[in-house]
Amino acid sequence: MPGPILVRGGPDWSRFRILRVVIPVLLLLIGIFTTYYTVPSDSVGVVLRFGRYSATKDPGLHFKVPFGVDEVWTLPVKRQLKLEFGFGSREYNNEDQVPEEPEVEKSMVTGDLSAALVEWVVQYRVSDPRLYLFHVRFPGQTLRDLSEAVMREVVGDRTVDEVITVGRQDIETVAAARLSELTQAYQLGVTIDQLQLKNVNPPGPVQNSFNAVNKAQQDRESMINVANGDYNKVVPRAEGQAEQKLSEAEGYRQKRVNEALGDVAAFRAMLAEYVKAPAVTRKRLYLETMRDVLPALADTWIVDASVTQLLPMVKSAAAGGGK
Amino acid sequence: MKFARYLIALVVVFLLLVMGGAFYTVRETEIVILTQFGAPVGDPVTEAGLHWKTPFVQDVHRIEKRVLEFDGPTVRMPTKDKTYIEVDTFGRWQITDAAKFFVALRDERSAQSRLEDIVGSETRAAVASHDLIEVVRSDKDRTAPADAGGQAGATSGLRRATRGRKAIEKDILEASAPKLVPLGIALLDVRIKRVNYNADVLTTIYQRMTSEREQIAQRFRSEGEGEAARILGRKERKLREVESVAYKQVQEIRGAADAEASRIYAEAYDQSPEARDFYGFLKTLETYRTVLGARTNMILSTDSDLFELLGRSTK
Repeated sequence: MPGPILVRGGPDWSRFRILRVVIPVLLLLIGIFTTYYTVPSDSVGVVLRFGRYSATKDPGLHFKVPFGVDEVWTLPVKRQLKLEFGFGSREYNNEDQVPEEPEVEKSMVTGDLSAALVEWVVQYRVSDPRLYLFHVRFPGQTLRDLSEAVMREVVGDRTVDEVITVGRQDIETVAAARLSELTQAYQLGVTIDQLQLKNVNPPGPVQNSFNAVNKAQQDRESMINVANGDYNKVVPRAEGQAEQKLSEAEGYRQKRVNEALGDVAAFRAMLAEYVKAPAVTRKRLYLETMRDVLPALADTWIVDASVTQLLPMVKSAAAGGGK
Repeated sequence: MKFARYLIALVVVFLLLVMGGAFYTVRETEIVILTQFGAPVGDPVTEAGLHWKTPFVQDVHRIEKRVLEFDGPTVRMPTKDKTYIEVDTFGRWQITDAAKFFVALRDERSAQSRLEDIVGSETRAAVASHDLIEVVRSDKDRTAPADAGGQAGATSGLRRATRGRKAIEKDILEASAPKLVPLGIALLDVRIKRVNYNADVLTTIYQRMTSEREQIAQRFRSEGEGEAARILGRKERKLREVESVAYKQVQEIRGAADAEASRIYAEAYDQSPEARDFYGFLKTLETYRTVLGARTNMILSTDSDLFELLGRSTK
């Protein structure tokens, strides 16, 4: 059986009594959770109190006045930040790092009114958090634009050959210096650590002709090498042969002189004996020679000194001998 | 009792509302302009921190204090030498007179569009009155190193500029900045970010670059051929030199050798009449030995030295 319903005027305060406890506890909890904050180890925290700069905090746990009185901006001052131009890594850790229009960005006009595709990277760090936050809006984007302008200045003062081949180092140095100078003047609050060129190429349609030049350069070297090879093959051999002939001639001289000396020594020895008894020696030598020579002859005729007609005798002797 | 509670609560809420409306913060990055029924009141508030105003009546307008960037659109424009290029400029500006700025432009977006108009048309004018190379070159005094190496050679080097990009940028800045002063804007600088060839121009540029390269390639090849010929010539010269020098020296040595031998012989054979006589005799005998052989028929007279005894005995 339902009892009578009691109707009372005005709100039932007893039901809201619970709020007296819940609201302060809630406020306390919110207060606690919004009072502390941590600054990561590679960053600093810049504290604004009612929008006005009050302090820069080092990494660690810190407290602040809650409910929008203190505002903390953390900035990664120790991290090296990177900007990529003309290409973009798939992974990046700051929103300014990768380009929106890489193709347009890398296309440049060189100082000889040719075109080149230049990709580069700028490494920088936030060195002055107050300037970085309060002096320039979008400092990262400003730095991007500045880098592009600087790179084109530098490339515009160089020939396409300098840009593509020999001038890389020079371009990096000059552009980095110029960029540093301008970031200082702009008071961006950043320090340029490095500027590196990445791929630097001639535009697609002319790449083949650049390669052809490289090939021609190789051809030149190889032609010279072949010719030098030929030279080196032939000349040293000829020099060796010349030396051989000289040595042979030298040997010939030795032989001639020594033989002459030998002959002369023998002659002198004989002469010494000959002088002592010339007539006998002559006779002896003559007879010795005859003794050796005559037996080897085909025929030897001895004719009396009185015989005057020799020929018929020779004929008959030859006929007789023929039989 | 209950009514009193209602009243207190109401007053508290009202006070909170009033106080909330009376205070406002100004950040380091902004300037605040207060307006009363839409019209600016007092000087712009530039100091960061907590400030107060008349609640309900006054409104807060926040204006950027930092240096701002202006990035113009890429615009196609002709140079003085009638080349179509695409120019992208950027600049930096700052709101230096917040009151003027607020009255004239109200917000940044309209400021950006004014900047685009003014800087854009000055850029166009500046580019149109200069040749392309003036826009491309910055440091007009720089010259390419004499021997650049690489593929460089006797082809087109750096083109000469008389003024250069920096001067043009300065022209644009100087022409634009005064027009922005009445708007409370200071234009800090204008830079040409990108200059690229128009697609049509690019084709002819590529053709020129290609023909340039072909010329360089040709030069490399003929350099190679020339150098090879030079080396081969040197080879021939060296070869002949070596061979002829050797021949000369060999002949000298052999001649000297013969002369030396001759001298030695003569010295011995010609030392005295007996020596001469004896030498003649010995040589004659030696000649007999070589001349007389198995095919020789010899008729000797008994008059000869050898057989004189035979003849005598028959008598």
